[in-house]
Amino acid sequence: MLKNRYLWLFVGFFALMALLAVGLTRDPREIPSPLLGKPAPAFSLPRLDSGAPFSPEEMKGRVWLLNVWASWCVSCRAEHPLLVRLARERREILPIIGLNYKEARGDASLDMEKLDETAERRLIEERARQWLDTRGDPYVFSVMDADGRVGMDYGVYGVPETYLIDKGGVIRFKQIGPITPEALERDILPLAEKLRRESAAE
Amino acid sequence: MLTEIGHFSLILAFPVALFTGVFSLWGAQTGRLAWTSCAKSGALALFFTVGFAYLCLTLAFVNNDFSVRYVAWHSNSLLPLVYRIAGVWGGHEGSLLLWLLMLCGWTLAARIFSRSLPDALRARILGVLCLIAAGFLLFILLTSNPFLRLFPGAAEGRDLNPMLQDPGLVVHPPLLYMGYVGFSVAYAFAIAALLAGRLDAAWARWSRPWTLAAWIFLTLGIACGSWWAYYELGWGGWWFWDPVENASFMPWLIGVALLHSLAATEKRGCFKNWTAFLAILAFSLSLLGTFLVRSGVLTSVHAFASDPARGVFILIFLAVVLGLSLLLFVWRAPSVGLGGRFALFSRESFLLANNVLLAAAGGTVLLGTLYPLIVDAWNAGKISVGPPYFEAVFVPMMWPLLFLLGVIPFVRWKETLWKNTASDLRLPFVAALAAAAALPFCYGAWNFPSALGFFFAVWIFIGAKYQFLRQASAARGKESLLRSCFRQPLSFWGMHLAHVGVAVFVAGVAVVSVFSEEKDVRMAAGDTVEISGYTFRFLGMREMPGVNYSAWQGEMELSRQGRFLRRLFPEKRFYYSSAMPMTEAAIDSGFFRDVYVSLGEPLDRARPDGEWVARVYYKPLVNWIWGGCFLMALGGILAMLDRRYRRSRFSSSLRRESGSC
Repeated sequence: MLKNRYLWLFVGFFALMALLAVGLTRDPREIPSPLLGKPAPAFSLPRLDSGAPFSPEEMKGRVWLLNVWASWCVSCRAEHPLLVRLARERREILPIIGLNYKEARGDASLDMEKLDETAERRLIEERARQWLDTRGDPYVFSVMDADGRVGMDYGVYGVPETYLIDKGGVIRFKQIGPITPEALERDILPLAEKLRRESAAE
Repeated sequence: MLTEIGHFSLILAFPVALFTGVFSLWGAQTGRLAWTSCAKSGALALFFTVGFAYLCLTLAFVNNDFSVRYVAWHSNSLLPLVYRIAGVWGGHEGSLLLWLLMLCGWTLAARIFSRSLPDALRARILGVLCLIAAGFLLFILLTSNPFLRLFPGAAEGRDLNPMLQDPGLVVHPPLLYMGYVGFSVAYAFAIAALLAGRLDAAWARWSRPWTLAAWIFLTLGIACGSWWAYYELGWGGWWFWDPVENASFMPWLIGVALLHSLAATEKRGCFKNWTAFLAILAFSLSLLGTFLVRSGVLTSVHAFASDPARGVFILIFLAVVLGLSLLLFVWRAPSVGLGGRFALFSRESFLLANNVLLAAAGGTVLLGTLYPLIVDAWNAGKISVGPPYFEAVFVPMMWPLLFLLGVIPFVRWKETLWKNTASDLRLPFVAALAAAAALPFCYGAWNFPSALGFFFAVWIFIGAKYQFLRQASAARGKESLLRSCFRQPLSFWGMHLAHVGVAVFVAGVAVVSVFSEEKDVRMAAGDTVEISGYTFRFLGMREMPGVNYSAWQGEMELSRQGRFLRRLFPEKRFYYSSAMPMTEAAIDSGFFRDVYVSLGEPLDRARPDGEWVARVYYKPLVNWIWGGCFLMALGGILAMLDRRYRRSRFSSSLRRESGSC
């Protein structure tokens, strides 16, 4: 027979266990993003290497990463070696496409008044290529988002940001800020592997 | 090959632990002597199998065997030898193995120092410890095996997390784990006593040195981690109320309560149930801490890479340990007598108040730590609970506790006339009031928080000294006072020293939190910045190569009122293996203050030899915080060495007592 005064011990015990069990099913790091689980916004932007237009439609049927970067972005420098290594190890399995974001306009030191559209484009190409030549190019290719409109559609609020997009073109994961080795090992690679195994129909 | 042998040894340890645990407990319950005697050899075998496994893993680190996955992820051939040895506990799997090794070490110690105990009791204690070890062995083998191989082996390791490449962090985890795990012995004692249905003074006396030992390690471990955070992270803070810090702080608080409750149980035979409950609680909180850290349910700077399977396992383990203990407790507790009677104004009732306050304070920390989980579980959003909550809720709960701390040594067991105590307390009270009124002016201005801090610090300090001297002089007879002081029992010394430690700690905290200063400045070579009368002059940056990192080192000249004091060399390190730069602050430490500088970022990344953002601090009495912790631990050590815990004397008294039961 349980005495009443000991009953609270077990109430507390079961409440604590239930709470911890529920806690296990949640991820505290996950900051909800309205884009998660939604189709990646469509766009068509010129490629940095050839100038040919690229649209995310072309990647249907593949799992890929969209990485937002710019040469003026300080944290991108920290992230870059990790991307280069990732590309070297699994370029075929998990292609990375770069979204070069506001390369000229994002740099406060440039006076945009003096640049027309072609001059801006030339400047972007020059700066972006120089960055990729000196630091290595992890991207299958990069596209130029000169005015940042596509970035706005994707809800970019800090560069770098990285999106994991599945075979059906749905955003499944978003990394805000540089990809850390932990995030890569813990979240991105396992999820990418899982998505790759799923059939495109899902 | 050695790795496989180590792995096998670890697998072998599991049945050893399980069978030892089951047989010795069953044997003790049914009175089969042959079965209980297996506890002794079982504890020994367990220690050697686990110790051997640990040795094998260490050798894999020392020999740079990157075909072992755990080694490849947490070491590197450029890593200095001392960090390769420490690297064993640099990740989740290895640190669990260290945890297990310590548990087996405590078990072995319990086996060695329990010769004088009745066979059945000894078998029960060792049996409980072996079962706990079996649980952890299963956890390691199923979810966190450090011996797994990589196919093919890696050519080079990923390197140890740069944060951990620091002397402070080499010793912090082992000390902390020793503390956590140490509470398992107190827990085993409580369970053994409950199983036997005999919670008596002998049990309390036996538990005390073990609880003290665990608490000493925990105190040092927490202090060491806090000191590390202070000098390494470069934020000038020493406690962040991070969930993982809280996870170590809760068992500490309950441990303090347990120590005081054990004293009452030993001396007066009261609070037996409560003491047993605290022993269960202290160890359960250690397990809960493990769960919080390893499962990834809370965000924290300390969290290990999380894996749901691990969380599920520890949760089940925690549920089994805590659930069974509570059932046992509820079954046995009602039959335990109440012990000696005591009056309202007596040491017993004050200790009870102290216990209630400590347990309540532990409860507030638990609530604050788990609150984000509670909110998330109700789908009410993501929140985090930080210092404002703890400062508003936890800190005021310490005030009555600190006040009682000054009173209790003057109150006698059983019954005291409150008039006598009040007149005893007049001196410390007046001294404390004077200190509260005057001392804040040493730092410029009077304000309430620091005055309160000084009040409690002096209240406890003077009270402890006064009571100590009075007792010594009352007992001295014809010898000199000094001689009499040294003839006082060590536990008496220990108690007062630990209380003085609390006073020193409180003074440090009060002054640091009120009178610290900090400035963020941008500095180019030749610039100066002044803080609280100290002048930093920036001489410039230079590149400094390290073994496995490159660094930019700044040179600063510290002077006071034009008088040169010393040069300081803050650093920014870039480890080859990590994208995160590490800040190495440069500190000029002193008895009364620290001044220190840490580097932020260069203003222009392309020119690290140019202007930098730097942060300078003036931290008065900050070292008193850790000094206080050290004194508390030292007090604990003295108390533990007290003569009455030593075997020869106490075994005879124990036999007498257990005979009388």
